[in-house]
This record gives sequence, C-alpha cells and structure tokens, in this order.
Amino acid sequence: MGSLFDIIFSANFGYAVLRVTTPILFASLGALISIKAGVVNISMEGTMLTAALAGVAISAYTGSAFGGLVGAVVVGMLLGLLLAYFALNLKTDIILAAIAINLMASGGTVFGLFVISGDRGISSSLASKVLPRIQIPILHQIPVLGPVFSNHNVLTYVAFISVALVYILLYKTPLGLRIRAVGENAHAADSVGISVKKTQYIALIMSGAFAGFGGAFMSMGYVSWFSTNMIAGRGFIALAAEALGMGRPFGVLLTSLLFGSADALANALQAFRIPSEFVQMVPYVVTIIGLVVYAQRKHSAAQKVRQEDRA
Amino acid sequence: MEEILAMKGITKVYPNGIVANKDVDFSVRKGEIHAIMGENGAGKSTLMKILFGMEQPEEGEIYYKGEKVILHSPNTAINYGIGMVHQHFMLVPSLTVAENMVLGVEPKKSSVLFDFEKAVQMTEEVSQKYNLAIDPKAIVEDLAVGKKQKLEILKALLRGAEVLILDEPTAVLTPQETKELFEELINLKNQGFTIIFISHKLKEIKQITDRLTILRNGRSMGIHETKAISEQEISRLMVGRDVVLKVDKQPATPGDVVIETKGLSYHDATGKPVVNQMSFRVRKGEIMGIAGVEGNGQGELVELITGLKKPSVGDIFIGGVPVKDLTVKEIRNLKTSHIPEDRMVYGVAAEGTIGENLISDRFDHPKYNGKLLQKVKSLISRSEELIKDYKVKCDGHTQQVNMLSGGNIQKVVVAREFSSDPKLIVADQPTRGIDVGSTEFIRRKLVELRDEGTAVLLVSADLNEVLELSDSLMVMYGGEIAAYFEDASQVDEMELGMYMLGLKTMEQHEMGGATGE
Repeated sequence: MGSLFDIIFSANFGYAVLRVTTPILFASLGALISIKAGVVNISMEGTMLTAALAGVAISAYTGSAFGGLVGAVVVGMLLGLLLAYFALNLKTDIILAAIAINLMASGGTVFGLFVISGDRGISSSLASKVLPRIQIPILHQIPVLGPVFSNHNVLTYVAFISVALVYILLYKTPLGLRIRAVGENAHAADSVGISVKKTQYIALIMSGAFAGFGGAFMSMGYVSWFSTNMIAGRGFIALAAEALGMGRPFGVLLTSLLFGSADALANALQAFRIPSEFVQMVPYVVTIIGLVVYAQRKHSAAQKVRQEDRA
Repeated sequence: MEEILAMKGITKVYPNGIVANKDVDFSVRKGEIHAIMGENGAGKSTLMKILFGMEQPEEGEIYYKGEKVILHSPNTAINYGIGMVHQHFMLVPSLTVAENMVLGVEPKKSSVLFDFEKAVQMTEEVSQKYNLAIDPKAIVEDLAVGKKQKLEILKALLRGAEVLILDEPTAVLTPQETKELFEELINLKNQGFTIIFISHKLKEIKQITDRLTILRNGRSMGIHETKAISEQEISRLMVGRDVVLKVDKQPATPGDVVIETKGLSYHDATGKPVVNQMSFRVRKGEIMGIAGVEGNGQGELVELITGLKKPSVGDIFIGGVPVKDLTVKEIRNLKTSHIPEDRMVYGVAAEGTIGENLISDRFDHPKYNGKLLQKVKSLISRSEELIKDYKVKCDGHTQQVNMLSGGNIQKVVVAREFSSDPKLIVADQPTRGIDVGSTEFIRRKLVELRDEGTAVLLVSADLNEVLELSDSLMVMYGGEIAAYFEDASQVDEMELGMYMLGLKTMEQHEMGGATGE
C-alpha cells in the first residue's frame, strides 16, 4: 500500500480534496444558515440535484455557462421558498416537507431529464456548458501550492470565500443578528417587532441558493453533465458537516474538508484493486464515524469533569 | 393628573368560546403606578395583550393621550410608546446585553454592517439616563434574573416607551431584588413614566401602587385608590369571598424518618455539581420547606428524589429503602407522590381527559384493570369522586385537561397525587401561577395530609408559602444547603434572603444534627 501514501501526499490529492469539498461546503453553509434561523433545511440533497439539472438544461438552452449558474441558483432559491411556504405558511412539519422535496427531486429530475434530452440516465446529449477554471497568476507558478490551489473551478473559490461571507453575514450584520435571535428565541424576536416568518423565509431561500451553487458545481464543474442521483448523499453529508462544525462557519469549513478528504480518498482508492462498492462506502463511513466521535467527545467531556469531581 | 391611556368597553372572546374580557373599562393616569389584580383566568393577561397589540378585542376602544388608537401589533404599541416586560423574558440568551437591547432597531455602519460599538454606547446612555446599571457586553445567559428584568425594562425605554406594562415582575425575584426593582420603578415614576403592574401579591401592591384595577371573571371590579382600600376588601373583590391568607395549622408532631439523603450530588452534562453533597431528612407528619432562588438545584433535587434523574454520588432512602437505582414507578410504589414544577409537561397529559389524567398513575392497578380490558365503570366513578372532592371546576371527567384554567389543572394533578395514600409528597411549586382560591385549597390539603402523618417536602419560590406551611425549613444556594431551621416559624424573612442570595451560609454545627449527619 506504499503507493497509497504517494497518492495522498501528492499535490494532485490536495487539489482533489478542494475540488470534492466544494459541493459539501456549499451545502453545509446553506444548512448552517437555515439551522441558525431555527428552520433546519434537510432538502439540501434534492435541491442540489434539481439545481444540477437546471444548470445543465439552462446552460444548454442559453449557450451560456453563467446563465446556467444563475438558473441553478434561482431554482435552488425557489425550492427554498417552496420549503418555507410549506413549513411557515401551511405549517407542515419542515422535516416531512423537506423529505418530500428530496423525493420529488430524485424522481422529478429523471422525468425532467427525459423530457429535455430523451435520455433517462445522463445528459450527455445536451450541449451544456462548463463553468471556467481560474489560474491564479503568481500562485500558479509556485510548486506544490500552485497545483493544489490554482486552476480550480470558479465555484470552488466562491465556496471558500463564502465561508467568510457567511461568517460576516451571521455575526456582523443586522440580518445575521436577527437570524440568530429568531433561531434561538423566536418569541424574543417577535416581541421587538422582528418578523420571524420573514427572517426564516430569507434564511431558507439563502440556504436554497447555496444548494443551488453546489448543484451547479456538480453538473457544470465537477463533471460536465447531469446524471441521475449525481449528488449521491452529499446533501446529507453536508448536514453532518454542519453538526460537527459546532454551528460556526469556520468549523463547518474544517468538517467539510474532512468529508471532502474522505471523498477524495475514495476516488483515489479506485485506482487499487479494491471492490469499487467498498471504496464508495468510505465517505459515508467517515460521516458515521465523525458523528460517533462528535457524540462521544461531548459525552466524555462531561464524564471527565464528573470523575474529577468525585476524586 | 391627566389620563394617558384609557380602554373602554373591551370585550374579548377567544375562538374556543372563552370570554376573557367582558365590557372592561380601564384607565391609567400619567405618572402613576397602577396595579391590575385578579385570579388566574380573570382576564388580566388578555387585557394587557390587547393593550400591547398582541390580541385584538371584539368590541371596545383604546385611547392613548386622548386619541383613539388601533393597536394591530406589538410594533404599533411600541411606536405609540407602550412597552411591555413579559413574565417570561423575551431575550436571546447567547447574545450580549447590547445586542438584545438593539434587536429590531440595530444601528448600522457603512450601511450594511451591524455597529456593535454603537449598540454598546446606546445601551450605556439609556442605562445611565435612568439609573439602571447593566454591563452592555455581558452575555445574557450569564445574568441573574433581576438583571435580565432590568434589561427588559431598558429595552422598552430604548424604544421610547412612556407606559411600561410589567407582567408579574416579582414572581421570579428574591426579596432583595424586589426591593431594588421597586426603587427603580419609583424612580421611573418620578421621571414621569407610567407603570402598569400585574401581580397577585397583595403586600407588594399595597407597597408600591397608587391605584389598582381588579378583574374578576373577565369583568372589571372597578378602579380603586390603593390607600383607600384594605387587603381584605381587595381579596373580597378578587374572589368574591374573604380568603383566609393564613393557613391554620397545629404544631407538627413528627414521627419516624420517611426520607433521608446522604451526600446526595448531581452533576449536569458539563460536569458542574448542581446538587452538591446534600444530607437531610424529613420525618412523618412534617412539612419541610426548601427556600431558594430558582435554579439553585431545587428542581434537580426533586427530580433525583422522584427518580427522574439519577444521582451522581450519594444515596436516597425512602422508608429505609435505597431508591437510587429504582425506576420512577418503583419509587411511586413506595408511596411517594410528586407534584411537578411544570404541570403542563410532567403533571398532566394536556390533550387527555380529566378522567384519564386522574388515573394515569394507577390505571394498571387490579382495581381498575381487568385481565384484558379496563374496568371503565370503576375508573369513571373514581374520577368523578376525585373531581368532586378536589372541587375541579369542569364539565365532567371527559373534558380535555388543557381546556381548564391553571388552577383547575393543578387541582387535577393534586387530586391524583394526594389520593394515592402517600407517605411522602414532593411538592415542587404546588401553587405557582394559580388563583387564590385553588392556592388556599391546595395548601390546606397539604397541611391535612401532614396531620394524617405524611411527610412533605415543599419546594416553593413563594417565600410566604414556604414560611407559612413549613414546620422545618432548608435554604438551598448553589446546590448546597445554605441554612437549616428546625423551626420554620422562627425565621426572619430578611435573614432568609441573605441565605438565599448566598450572602450568608450556616456552618455545619449551626444546622444542628437534624440534617442527617
């Protein structure tokens, strides 16, 4: 397995980690905003999937990658709006409404794909566009750093910049203060004239927008086509990343990178003679281990203090 | 003095048909402290919600500074200058004082960012102007209750309130904090603010208010000058009969020890000891009161005794049996009754009927349970008996519990818990937030059971209740026993306050041998 280490410690692997972290990071930032507002959006998976198809279809139709991106984000926002309408106006359980969106997306995208392209599995017959990669001038020349950090898809940079933007939004703007207030004590927000509903609408629409970016990246950056179920659980992994990230944007960045690494590792392992079904399990197994470690640590921290007290 | 605010002919009917206010007239003069009094369900809260724009009346008019106004929402009320300090604080715990202050009216810098420095400065200005000291950068969850209340008052003042509505502000305060609040309120009054003060507590109202309005069954019993009306007259108007505020009781004749704890400790999830090394005992035929500011481990102590939580260290014996590892059910089978603090969560199944709730601790008893089916007849007759004995005001045993008033819900809990022939009653805030009539009834029942030989552990935030009912008295502070008085009748209220606030702690030898060591 010596060559496995060669792979992990190569610049290619570093590049791959950032690449596969991108969709998870987008989705977990979206989830973070929704959870801060007290309305957990677990429809990230379905929203990303729908947005991925929308991006491909619209970019093929308009002939513009940027048009496809805008379309994907708008579709993401619309699904966020739909979830908000169900949960906040019709008062359905938000988890059930989100599950419905996920199911609708997994079936609906196949149907949509068939209507648009006549294919049921993959959109390769559509002349869809791909979002550009960006070479960062000086960094590009630097060994190791250049191959890792330069020449990524534009959305990868957007994702990492978004971490800071979400931080500023949540902690440095009046809207962020309101989102956190609404999520923590809606009555308190209500009593000072903040519209809880409006704030939660905004948060869900923003979370949909982030899922839209994630979806666009999948079909117009990660690969250049749409295929059925192409999000493959990333929307749910993102929820785990959000939980592990302790509800802080930079914590979410770290845990997204962890899951991204697992994803990249799974890709790298496919070069070996390991059954691919087994390899593909890796990201999900890491997700479960991550959650167990997280729960365990919370538990043992409490227990440690307890034992110290007894002594 | 001129009238700043008037409500005329207010009628409010809730969608479920309950008439909360019926043709109520109410008016407040500028610069007075005006009390609104009444039993639970008398319509005080509804009237204030209407005044604060949270509810819309079916009939009636509101005048503010002589002009007719329509208050659609709290925002409208705030804009007119009406502010409210709710009983349950409307604060966001993880945010700072300054952030809570400006929530909804956030100052901005460079037109998009939140200006925290400005928020701190605004807080300091208001705080200094009205002489209500607070640290703008403190995190709200770290504040004591009194400070949180102060923050709520400041929030209203920052938003330009001229009329302040305070909903039972002293319910959560220690005697010292109450005194401080009253000084602050009088100070605000002298600066021209108008204060509407909702309370049950006669003594306080006599002490601080200028006038008072009494509500009974949704109707106004008139506006009175506080000085000109006696306490007896107030309680007569409130309940329509003279309430005996003193509990008549004979001296206790304690017998054998019923419950004993040894070095009982409980650590919360973060490992902090919430109950710390508590050793005490309660004897047969004795009411032991536990006084203390809320959140000093009383709730956890009750949960440990009743089996809802397991002790981290130490032992509990009920009737000599160690109960540490027993289930709630097994502890109950040792003839332990529990009146929980939160009746809606632990006391009743709110959606269930009165009958179902009355038998929820004994539905599996052979008397009510056949081999396959329940013995419906005996269940019904028992329920009806209890409803009658405990004077639960309702339409019958099939009525849903959440349709009852707070006092009657508590009577359902009490009926169930007291009728199981208990050896030990753990009563946690048994009369919180309920009307005078039910309070008196429950207190009398407790004393009756004591006389019959039941041991009672009484936790209450209401100092008068603890002092009135208890035979012996324990003060909890920071999860520990701060003081123990063998004879509760010898305790001075101000001295008790010192122990409750942790300003004083008794030495082990002062507490005597009675704590079980």
